[in-house]
Amino acid sequence: MHSKHLSGGDCQQQANLFTSDKTKELSMKVALFIPCLSEHLYPESALSMVKVLQHLGIEMEYVENQTCCGQPAFNSGYHKEIIPLAERFIEMFHDKEYVVAPSGSCVTMVRKFYYNLDIRDSLKPALDELTGKIFEFTEFLVDVAKVEDVGGTFPHRVTYHQSCHLSRELGVKDQPRKLIKAIRDIDYVEMEQADLCCGFGGTFSYKFSELSTSMVARKCQFIEKSGAEFCVGADSSCLMNIEGYLRKNNMRARTMHIADLLAKSLES
Amino acid sequence: MELVASKTKAYIKEALQDENLRHAVDKATQTALKKRADKVEQIPYWEELRHKAHAVKKEVIEHLDTYLIQFEEQCQKNGIIVHWAADTNEAQQIIFGLAKKNNVKTVVKSKSLTTEEIHLNKFLEQKNIEVLETDLGEYIVQLLDQIPSHLTAPALHLTRQDVGRIFEEKLGVEYTEEPTELLTIAREKLREIFLAADMGISGVNFGIAESGSLVVVENEANARLTIGLPKIHVAVMGIEKLIPSFRELPHFLKLLPVSATGQKQTVYVNIVSSALRSMTGEGPQEVHVVLLDNGRSKILADPQLRETLFCIRCGACLNTCPVYQQIGGHAYGWVYMGPIGATLIPQYLGEMEGRYAPFVSSLCGACFHACPVRINLPHHLLKLRNKVVESGHSLKAEKIGIKIWAFLAKRPLLYRFATWFPGKLQMIYRKPFPAPGYSKERELGTFDSKGFRKRFLEMQKSKK
Repeated sequence: MHSKHLSGGDCQQQANLFTSDKTKELSMKVALFIPCLSEHLYPESALSMVKVLQHLGIEMEYVENQTCCGQPAFNSGYHKEIIPLAERFIEMFHDKEYVVAPSGSCVTMVRKFYYNLDIRDSLKPALDELTGKIFEFTEFLVDVAKVEDVGGTFPHRVTYHQSCHLSRELGVKDQPRKLIKAIRDIDYVEMEQADLCCGFGGTFSYKFSELSTSMVARKCQFIEKSGAEFCVGADSSCLMNIEGYLRKNNMRARTMHIADLLAKSLES
Repeated sequence: MELVASKTKAYIKEALQDENLRHAVDKATQTALKKRADKVEQIPYWEELRHKAHAVKKEVIEHLDTYLIQFEEQCQKNGIIVHWAADTNEAQQIIFGLAKKNNVKTVVKSKSLTTEEIHLNKFLEQKNIEVLETDLGEYIVQLLDQIPSHLTAPALHLTRQDVGRIFEEKLGVEYTEEPTELLTIAREKLREIFLAADMGISGVNFGIAESGSLVVVENEANARLTIGLPKIHVAVMGIEKLIPSFRELPHFLKLLPVSATGQKQTVYVNIVSSALRSMTGEGPQEVHVVLLDNGRSKILADPQLRETLFCIRCGACLNTCPVYQQIGGHAYGWVYMGPIGATLIPQYLGEMEGRYAPFVSSLCGACFHACPVRINLPHHLLKLRNKVVESGHSLKAEKIGIKIWAFLAKRPLLYRFATWFPGKLQMIYRKPFPAPGYSKERELGTFDSKGFRKRFLEMQKSKK
């Protein structure tokens, strides 16, 4: 691999170079799919994703004029209203080499649920094409870029919240864990019921807010019990829900997007 | 206690306040989950079995007309009398007709959700026929004038202390919370009733089309007595409960108990293939099966949603559901609860009455992974949400809001402008925006003043 992005003097960077080197000819180009929450509330996490990809020598582009994939409306039962959103998304992204987003649920929307919409027939081949190359961030790193170790260090105790769409719809369970465990000095602990839903569920959190709160309360108990300083996750929506409860209830742990974790680990 | 599905929001609030209920539901579901997980681990071909069962159910449901006719013919050959009931009313009348003809005064029942669906107990009691549930859990909820809160564990929402108090109050016995003592009390009461009963009403877990047989599985032997003691046995069966032949039965006899209670096998598997022809003349002289449609054929019409008819009522989706774990079964407001109930409610009761049910889910998908016949419940819930919206039963304000939002989201510049505002406002108001509808116990995140796009472009520029 050409090492221009990774060359450096000290050993740590040599290690980085080595770990990334084994991976692949990283002359890949990624189109960034930035979900709404990442755009407006958590741009830092999306920027962390950018930093990590950059670190691996992956070229990126931001696709102008992208808005929302339509998931919130779809989950609330509005299908025909979002057909135009799905169609413009497909048109915008289908001819890219790879499409990567820091969210499992938004990728699920495109990869799985666009098929439930009555999109124009002429766009269906483009959708098939798109579903083959749209990936959630950790899935992309591990399965496509073949990077399991970004080469960072993070001497803290962390646990992982396994978000539902990412794990159950996309089948991504091990990838984020591999990436976390590969970080040097990290103290990874698996929380009890890591796969338990945090209770967010998009508009569910608003429509049944007490129920949703009571679900996140439970999730937070398991996080607290794990003794982790950070609850890492791959979906900003779940993390907002969890963090919102942790803070309001003065609990010790904080949430961290896995992109932030990986980017931070590279700083030290 | 008459439950109404459209009141689910109120029921949920109530349930969340009920510490006792939550404790009971939590304990029971967690125990069931652990036991199930242990057993699943011991079965290396578990996933294969799920796929097989799915295929069997798919075959049956897609050719239900053929299988039903075969089943009817075979039953008739066996001397089982077949009745067809299009709806609740017809089913009630058929059963009442049989009771009247035979001068039935007391009916014993083994657990059957299908009979709950047609409100059979209430109906027969109004006709002055005494009806007694003989499954222990069901007996307890009957004493409370409730319906089951779980598909396989009717009294799951009660603690043993609750049961002790109920027995003390309703049966006039001394308070005890010892499970074995409680069981003995119930058993003594139930034995008397069994001997006095003129009719036994059961459900059916599996109808075997090829041989015209009824399969009823259970743990307490009460179904065996219900079927075998009174002189008439009436089995009430949803038309979807068929399987082609005995060859497929072992799949289900494995999947059902593991999924339901984490047992490798049920204690009893009863197979009824004819009226009893015993030498002594004891047992049922007549066996009737009431085939209930009650909306099932309507569900059958939808090529996607018909998968909800594959359900074998094991309750695994309930146990694993993080929503059910919080609120129990009654909060759904109908006979079927949990994720499967949330799909069945709008389909049986209509989109108006069932307009909330498909939304009582975070769509986490744990149910699909637990389902022994692989019903993709979260996908069906999504489709049913759409049906609620399309039939005009979503909130007007929501509909308008979505329309405006979709209008903007198609127009990037306008959208950028509309979403620019909260970020700017957040620069002045630095705390998370108040969101009273979201919760008092958690806060929202804060909007970024620039947003990703701007930051990313700035970053790119600074690098050049």
